[in-house]
Amino acid sequence: MSELFRVEGLSKSFGGLAVSREIDLAMNAGDRLALIGPNGAGKTTFVNLVTGQLRPSSGRVVLNGEDVTGLGAVRRVRKGLVRTFQVTRLFSDLTPEEHVTLTVLQRLGRATRIIGRFRGDAEVSAEVESLLRTLGLLDVARRKVGEIAYGQQRLLEIAIALALKPKVLLLDEPAAGVPSTETPRIEQALEHLPPSLAVLMIEHDMDLVFRFARRVVVLAAGEIIFEGLPSDVAANEKVREAYLGNYAHARRVA
Amino acid sequence: MQVIAKSRPVASPPKAAGHLVRDGAGLVLILAAGAAGYWLFPDNLALLTRVIAIALLVLSLDLLVGYCGVASLGQATLFGAGAYAAGMACLRGVTEPMTLIAIGAVAGACAGLVMGTIMLRAHGLAQLVLSIAIVQLAHEAANKASAYTGGSDGLAGFSPSPLFGTFEFDLWGRTAYLFGLGLLVLVFIALKFVVASPFGVLCRGIKEDPVRIRSMGAFVFPVLLKMFVISGAVAGMGGALAAISTQVVGLDSVSFELSANSLVMLVLGGLGSLYGALIGTVIFMGFEHVVSAINPFHWMTMVGALLIAVVLVAPGGLGGLVSRLRPRLRGRNGEQP
Amino acid sequence: MQTVFSIAIDAFAYGMALFIICIGLSLTMGLMRVINLAHGAFAMIAGYIASYAQRELGTGYAVAILLAILGTIAISIPLERLLYRRIYGSPQLTQVLMTIGITFCVIGITNFFFGPTLKTIPLPAALSTPVDLGFRTVAGHRLFVMACGVIVAGGLWFLIEKTAFGIKLRATVDNAGMADALGIKTQVVYAISFAIAMGLAAFGGVVAAEFLPIEPYYALRYMVTFLVVVSVGGAGSIPGALLACLVLGAIDTTGRYLMPDFGNFFFYAAVIAIVCVFPRGFLGRAQ
Repeated sequence: MSELFRVEGLSKSFGGLAVSREIDLAMNAGDRLALIGPNGAGKTTFVNLVTGQLRPSSGRVVLNGEDVTGLGAVRRVRKGLVRTFQVTRLFSDLTPEEHVTLTVLQRLGRATRIIGRFRGDAEVSAEVESLLRTLGLLDVARRKVGEIAYGQQRLLEIAIALALKPKVLLLDEPAAGVPSTETPRIEQALEHLPPSLAVLMIEHDMDLVFRFARRVVVLAAGEIIFEGLPSDVAANEKVREAYLGNYAHARRVA
Repeated sequence: MQVIAKSRPVASPPKAAGHLVRDGAGLVLILAAGAAGYWLFPDNLALLTRVIAIALLVLSLDLLVGYCGVASLGQATLFGAGAYAAGMACLRGVTEPMTLIAIGAVAGACAGLVMGTIMLRAHGLAQLVLSIAIVQLAHEAANKASAYTGGSDGLAGFSPSPLFGTFEFDLWGRTAYLFGLGLLVLVFIALKFVVASPFGVLCRGIKEDPVRIRSMGAFVFPVLLKMFVISGAVAGMGGALAAISTQVVGLDSVSFELSANSLVMLVLGGLGSLYGALIGTVIFMGFEHVVSAINPFHWMTMVGALLIAVVLVAPGGLGGLVSRLRPRLRGRNGEQP
Repeated sequence: MQTVFSIAIDAFAYGMALFIICIGLSLTMGLMRVINLAHGAFAMIAGYIASYAQRELGTGYAVAILLAILGTIAISIPLERLLYRRIYGSPQLTQVLMTIGITFCVIGITNFFFGPTLKTIPLPAALSTPVDLGFRTVAGHRLFVMACGVIVAGGLWFLIEKTAFGIKLRATVDNAGMADALGIKTQVVYAISFAIAMGLAAFGGVVAAEFLPIEPYYALRYMVTFLVVVSVGGAGSIPGALLACLVLGAIDTTGRYLMPDFGNFFFYAAVIAIVCVFPRGFLGRAQ
């Protein structure tokens, strides 16, 4: 399968503290990859580096054969590199329908238009409706986001990301903070992501990881210590070390 | 009332229809208030025209503060740019009132472009300080360039030609008032469309979380700059209206005081609805007219106390109080079978 | 040469006068994160008290200064408890509006009681006579202001760096929650710092009255100047505030000497340039 996305030697340090070291990772279309690791391993930093919220100290990010390291966050999104946030960042004053409409309009390059009503286009409305239906958000489409359940807010995060028609999707803990009664809905949504999409998911919930991922990458102290099948993770010595303490040793291995 | 409440959930785009009804009613109210002012205070039409000009300034500020979250204490820069541009054009023979308003709008928009470019470099406190520094700089520049602006004496000696070639700007200010009212209504309608457009919703998003907007693939700076230009055009029209109606442009039209007052008016009325801007302006200037005639220091104490009260008790402004009470009333109605 | 020297002296004295008033505001903004636009209002209250004490009660200059400081602090304490405490941590716009409101009230009320006239604070003979420095004579008041500025800067440095209170203060600035957990009464630290800031405003208001005359709209007229100076220096930084006061004081004074009809033009042009280059001010900490 053709390679869609690759990072090479991605490193970042704040002052003297290295939070990402020489990370190499490649993804193909249709990949389902889980990025796991203990707290403070640098998972969210990695997402920030890939999406352009942070500038790497060294290394490259390549999308579709094009080096996007020099591009800002906005340009990377427009090229199909899309993320969700670990803590939902939604506009409490807007409705889910407005969120998704705005995103679709943006993708079509029409979000900055002054002439024309926000909901003027039937085609856009149809797309928004189908996205909201897929994610089961149609019932709350016109409620303010501040009033809907947290699980639904997480689903809305995914809906917004999908509205951008991404090629690579980075999900930062999509089920974090969601009550267990609502997690099945999120799992369902993850299973129904477009098949050609390359998905990288950061997650703590190992059940979810095992069900979702076909490949697992373990990050500890800013570097990749394991890459392989989900079934092999638990048996790996380095991973056990990283999770069961002895971070100091894991760092020295480098 | 009940019929509307019942039919609302059934209609397929209920929100849009509700907006149209509400904005139609709002427009009727503005026109009714304008007409009432005309009949009730025929001797104070000059003041009422001034209220309209300032209302345009406060509306323009609402676009930035209420819709984009950009706080400015220098909005009078844009107002003054429009006022001086219209005054200077009129002095040089361009006397047609509509053209003067257009000149004011263009000047304000240009000033907005410059001001936005500078202010958007910074955030938070630094942004606020830049807005202050810009208005002070503009003030000093207008003072210094007295050959063009009349300096501290003000720019005077120009008189606009009759509106549409027939209506003279009379001594009682009737023409100026009705002209201003018409302008205000047109601008208000236009702005209602702007804030309901994709651009308007995008701005509200930026106000809440610019990082989020970027990760949705939209650039923030050009959007905010665009709003600065629109805001500048609106403020510039206000300035031009003030110049046409009073036929003098003073240094006070580019002052920190006017900027701060317009922010106070906006907050008194309520941010982010456009109605609040109008309500705040009318209340502030109405009371100012009455109270400061008695003692200007009583006026300051009163505004100060009101401002503190609004911040502590009614963060949504006086306009927000009304809309906070309304759903409660409606809720009571709805409970009855 | 003579012009250069007198400009330099005036600029330095003016910068120091600004510093004495503004350092209090810098503390409020850096420590309590409150944009206190009413800072000048407290300096104005102090000016009114000092003027009243000297002209109506017949006290001396030193006593008037003392009364002004104590009186201003006394007025500021209930305001801190009733109003300021509610806007700690509020959005900037809220703080700006609340403190503009307080400023308006102070202007309205003081002028209602004391009458809307220029309030003079007569200098004692020792300060109003020129002092011969050997090669040049300088107005005694200028030297006095400079000395006050140096003392205030040194005193504050000592207070913050060398005393137990200073340690608590710095801990509270760095992390109020942690300081609270360590048993530091942050509310008390805030209240004391606020009182110190107000005392400095009061002291500065009286001492700098030769540069910034006490008049009915003082609080409004200099509101912006003080805010701008503090932002340029970087809120919360003593050396930053000192640097900003000296730089801006020098630019303003030089501009007024050489091109008087430009008014504040150069002052604000410099502010825009500096803020664009240093958005957090000269020595401001990252937010």
